[in-house]
Amino acid sequence: MSTEVERVTTSKRTLEPKVLWLTAAASFLVSLGVFVVLSMAGITSGFDIVATVLWSAFLYVALSYVMSRIVEGKRKATDRLVAGVVTSAFVIALLPLISLIYTTVADGLNRLDGTFFSSSMRNIVGEGGGGLHALIGTLEVTLAASIISIPIGIMTAIYLVEYGRGKLAQAVTFLIDVMTGIPSIVAGLFAFALFAIFFGPGIRFGIGGAVALSLLMIPVVVRSTEEMLKLVPNELREASYALGVPKWLTVVKVVLPTAIAGIITGVMIAISRIIGETAPLLIIAGLSTNMNYDLFNDRMTTLPVFVYTQYANPGRDAQAYLDRAWTGALVLILIVMALNIIARILAKVLAPKGQR
Amino acid sequence: MSKRIEVKDLNVYYGKFKAVEDVSLTIEPRTVTAFIGPSGCGKSTFLRTLNRMHEVIPGARVEGEVMIDGKNLYDADVDPVMVRRQVGMVFQRPNPFPTMSIADNVLAGVKLNNAKISKSDAEHLVEKSLKGANLWKEVKDRLNLPGSGLSGGQQQRLCIARAIAVSPEVILMDEPCSALDPISTLAIEDLIEELKAKYTIVIVTHNMQQASRVSDKTAFFNIAGTGEPGKLIEFDDTTTIFENPHVQATEDYISGRFG
Ligand SMILES: Nc1ncnc2c1ncn2[C@@H]1O[C@H](COP(=O)(O)OP(=O)(O)OP(=O)(O)O)[C@@H](O)[C@H]1O
Ligand SMILES: [Mg+2]
Repeated sequence: MSTEVERVTTSKRTLEPKVLWLTAAASFLVSLGVFVVLSMAGITSGFDIVATVLWSAFLYVALSYVMSRIVEGKRKATDRLVAGVVTSAFVIALLPLISLIYTTVADGLNRLDGTFFSSSMRNIVGEGGGGLHALIGTLEVTLAASIISIPIGIMTAIYLVEYGRGKLAQAVTFLIDVMTGIPSIVAGLFAFALFAIFFGPGIRFGIGGAVALSLLMIPVVVRSTEEMLKLVPNELREASYALGVPKWLTVVKVVLPTAIAGIITGVMIAISRIIGETAPLLIIAGLSTNMNYDLFNDRMTTLPVFVYTQYANPGRDAQAYLDRAWTGALVLILIVMALNIIARILAKVLAPKGQR
Repeated sequence: MSKRIEVKDLNVYYGKFKAVEDVSLTIEPRTVTAFIGPSGCGKSTFLRTLNRMHEVIPGARVEGEVMIDGKNLYDADVDPVMVRRQVGMVFQRPNPFPTMSIADNVLAGVKLNNAKISKSDAEHLVEKSLKGANLWKEVKDRLNLPGSGLSGGQQQRLCIARAIAVSPEVILMDEPCSALDPISTLAIEDLIEELKAKYTIVIVTHNMQQASRVSDKTAFFNIAGTGEPGKLIEFDDTTTIFENPHVQATEDYISGRFG
């Protein structure tokens, strides 16, 4: 108890963490109460959890500022205000993410069953059916896009960091910057126009989609690889040259292995970026309800396009279509998550060891 | 094995900036030569011209001749990569390859060049080089652990082992002890003494005592002012340089009156 007294009597009084927690809990309870009453009175349609969290964050920041201003003085209060705002910003940023994952999982689980992974939409106008054709399409188109983009992207980055000097390198960097900003629909139109020259108008096939996606993927791969290569200390390159190792072997055996973990992470981010693309694929890969394993023939549907069509053009039983759309979205999220986990494991395994 | 280096009228540039002007000197085989001089006078720059490491910097170039056993390193038909296999280098900051184990670091010169080497030969080379660098006893039980897990002094000796594993004829060392404690420094100085039996050694140092302890010959470089090129002021036996130098500037520098 003596410490309590001391704190109160000295001029440097502080707010106890306990008090702050109580304030936070009170803010939450108050806004919870308000929104429950509002929803019961029928003013809002249903209970609004997002608004509740937002308002409790706002209340807490305001309350803790006022309390701190009274007890602790101006400097401390400002500190609490800024800390509160930053934390709330973080929570607000997290909210949509949690809400999105929650909704997708909740709605997607309905149709996450064997049929979904074993059948296409061929001859389906109501219940049943699945997204196997779209899953195969996504895997094939993404794989093809990666096979095109990763070598080109990494080699371009190597050129820019290790070899590029002067005007040409500047021009390449500029073009990469421009490419980063291409809207995805333009990439789709470009691929369509390109293949229409060779195969006539109305051409639709998976590989065209892969080419369109590569246009979006290459700049991302180049940029991230470039950053990683720049992080490799020059001393390592010099150590290698000083052993009489030619430049290209230095790049292949010293620079790339040192940067590989970061490069893989960058590549995975690039894949995640394109795997969810819809617009360009609608144009050049087309829509299909059938299984199609052949990238080079016929229309090919991918998961995002599948989700879009299920949602946009429902058949007899609209709910069945919505369920399939959610499951398609869930599967897409799961694939991206799996890719990220694999990337992390690879990066851990391949990262240079024993650095302090 | 080791070779004589003759430098004739060498000018060294970074783009338009002339960093070192008109250096001529001869380095005898199986000797230790120390380069001393104030910071920025071009010691590192000059050292790096002796194995054509200077030219890896964009815009860097050299005028003049560096003869190793009568052959000019800067002749058009000379491959800089081959020069660097003959003239090894140890850097100021230890720089083992972080992706490689201790053993692989020693073998880096072989493995990075895609050369084939049998397992027993490789083990033999690792042991010989690490022994040559006075590091064998400390690391023989952890050859497969990462080289970057060693202490700074051990890392520097690992870099020396890596340099001697490719059996060069000349070893260049740019302030090899500046990041090390006195004990590691002594270990490296002892090592230089031993290496002298087989290799021609050139060492840059800011430590006068070190120069006087390890070297047979000393070259004093100086610079007239910022933006001016560095020049070779005096080159002679280490005892002469430290006991009765012929040039006033050398005496001033050694007795600590400037620089
Ligand atoms: N990469 C470079 N590009 C341009 N100029 C450089 C470069 N490296 C060094 N210089 C310049 O060349 C001159 C000589 O530098 P150098 O590094 O050879 O000096 P030093 O004698 O080794 O100095 P220190 O004792 O500090 O290591 C300096 O004026 C320096 O600014
Ligand atoms: Mg230097």
